[in-house]
Amino acid sequence: MTAVALQVDDLHKRFDAVTAAEGISVTVPEGVVWSLIGSNGAGKTTFVNMVTGYIKPDRGRIQFHGSDITALTPREITRLGMRRSFQIPQLCAELTVLENMLVSCAINQDRKPSFWHPATSKDDVDKAMEILARFRIAESSNHRMAELSGGARKLLDIAMALYGNPKVMLLDEPTSGVAAEEKFPIMDRVMEALSKENVTTLFVEHDMDIVTRYSDRVLAFYDGRIIANDSPDEVLGDEDVQRYVTGTVT
Amino acid sequence: MSFLKSLPSRSLILFCILVGLGFAMPTWGVFLVTIAFAKGLVALGNVAMMRGGLVSFGQGLYYCTGAYVAGFMAIHLGFSDIFLLCLAGVFVSTIVGAILGPILSTYRGIFFAMLSLAVSMILYGALSKATALGSTDGLTLPGPTFLGFAPEGRALSLHLYIFTVTLVVAAGTLMRMLFDSERGLITLAIKDNELRVEYLGASVRATMSVNFVIAAALGGLGGVIAGLAIGHVDPEYAYWTTSGEFVFVAILAGHFSVGAIFIASVILELVRSFSSLYFPNTWQLALGLFLLLVILLLPDGLGSLMKRWSRATAAFTKKRI
Repeated sequence: MTAVALQVDDLHKRFDAVTAAEGISVTVPEGVVWSLIGSNGAGKTTFVNMVTGYIKPDRGRIQFHGSDITALTPREITRLGMRRSFQIPQLCAELTVLENMLVSCAINQDRKPSFWHPATSKDDVDKAMEILARFRIAESSNHRMAELSGGARKLLDIAMALYGNPKVMLLDEPTSGVAAEEKFPIMDRVMEALSKENVTTLFVEHDMDIVTRYSDRVLAFYDGRIIANDSPDEVLGDEDVQRYVTGTVT
Repeated sequence: MSFLKSLPSRSLILFCILVGLGFAMPTWGVFLVTIAFAKGLVALGNVAMMRGGLVSFGQGLYYCTGAYVAGFMAIHLGFSDIFLLCLAGVFVSTIVGAILGPILSTYRGIFFAMLSLAVSMILYGALSKATALGSTDGLTLPGPTFLGFAPEGRALSLHLYIFTVTLVVAAGTLMRMLFDSERGLITLAIKDNELRVEYLGASVRATMSVNFVIAAALGGLGGVIAGLAIGHVDPEYAYWTTSGEFVFVAILAGHFSVGAIFIASVILELVRSFSSLYFPNTWQLALGLFLLLVILLLPDGLGSLMKRWSRATAAFTKKRI
């Protein structure tokens, strides 16, 4: 029997009159790649934000590898091995690509960050460059954020989250804001890097071609609820999903 | 040549040069640089926090605490050894920083600046009313002793100068190591994007609290030295204009170079001394114009100039090789 990576039970969240989550329950096994689809305001990002501790649910429980993480802070959840990337890449604009990666290396190592150990020691730079090479952005290592394309920023955001052997990765719209011709190459690089680490992956996505190509299973959100949870073909063929999410049925 | 490139050896060379300069300078120059370096230590702490995006307008609190601890111990308890007074001043300032750090480090921007200023002004108000500590007149300190040795006149100034240079070089070297360390890089990342740092698993609050405590310790050390050099402490040490000077030095220096902080502090003391000599009623105007020029021409401070110069030197050396 496959172990459970993430279990969410009966999550509820309201923002004044808006219902962002209403009774969301889902069990995510280890090692899978699932996608989260839904129109704007359907509750996908709220789900990611609740699971990663950014916002607290009004009701419900979130378990990560059997431990209750509902009340934990984002930092505590991150330390347990759940990482995320952001719809708008959260990078340090004043630092170079390599320095951004070194920040992740400094934080996610076996010991606590040192007061004396140079951040740019050869070992750390080698490790950082290896990750950047895996995402094929090593050639931009000396560039600052303003000099990077949207796709490279997305890749760096994910690369920083991936360092330190996470168990679960949540990617919030990894291809949004990326040129159409860059989407598949970027997802290829991301999935290749994630598969090497055998990380359980959930990604929010609007492009159904990407959903079909990269995910084992799809969760379709509508109005704060999961209206379908099945294989990509089944979910994309579902009448409710076509009506409320993909817009292929009027 | 590699010996000259290592940080400890560069610090040692700098120490020897600074000590040599002390013997060459007139007594007023020795005094001016001692005071500038003492204030530079406080500004160094300010820069440690500015690297993480926090600008403290209340470093006068620790500067004043260190100075008053030394004054109190010298006058009321009869201690005169400079090592002991420094240890006591740094200890008490660190304790105060450790209490306030975790509280104030949760605030950002103008709220942090104003709260740090407010706490400093509370001390100013309290000291102004404390008759046991000399009220607004403050305390007059006797000359310090150095492990039992009690120099006087120029010898005292020189001993105090060398003692200060030793502390400045040691603190500067350690802070350079800290700025270049993993913690130092995380602090820079905090200034840019706190959310990212938290989502990578580091505590922004803990990191900034540690920086706060380090800044408090440096503030206390600067206060003890300044108090002993001037021979007098009063509540003005905690006044907001004193804290403003440390911010002025930090902005003038920028956060790239530790050496630039002490150069900026010496420049400030020189500008202040000569301006008050030649334009006694408008010296603040000269100081303001000077800062304006630096901000316009060197927005990242004097340190950026030194960084550019060191990059150019490295490129030139590489080309020659």
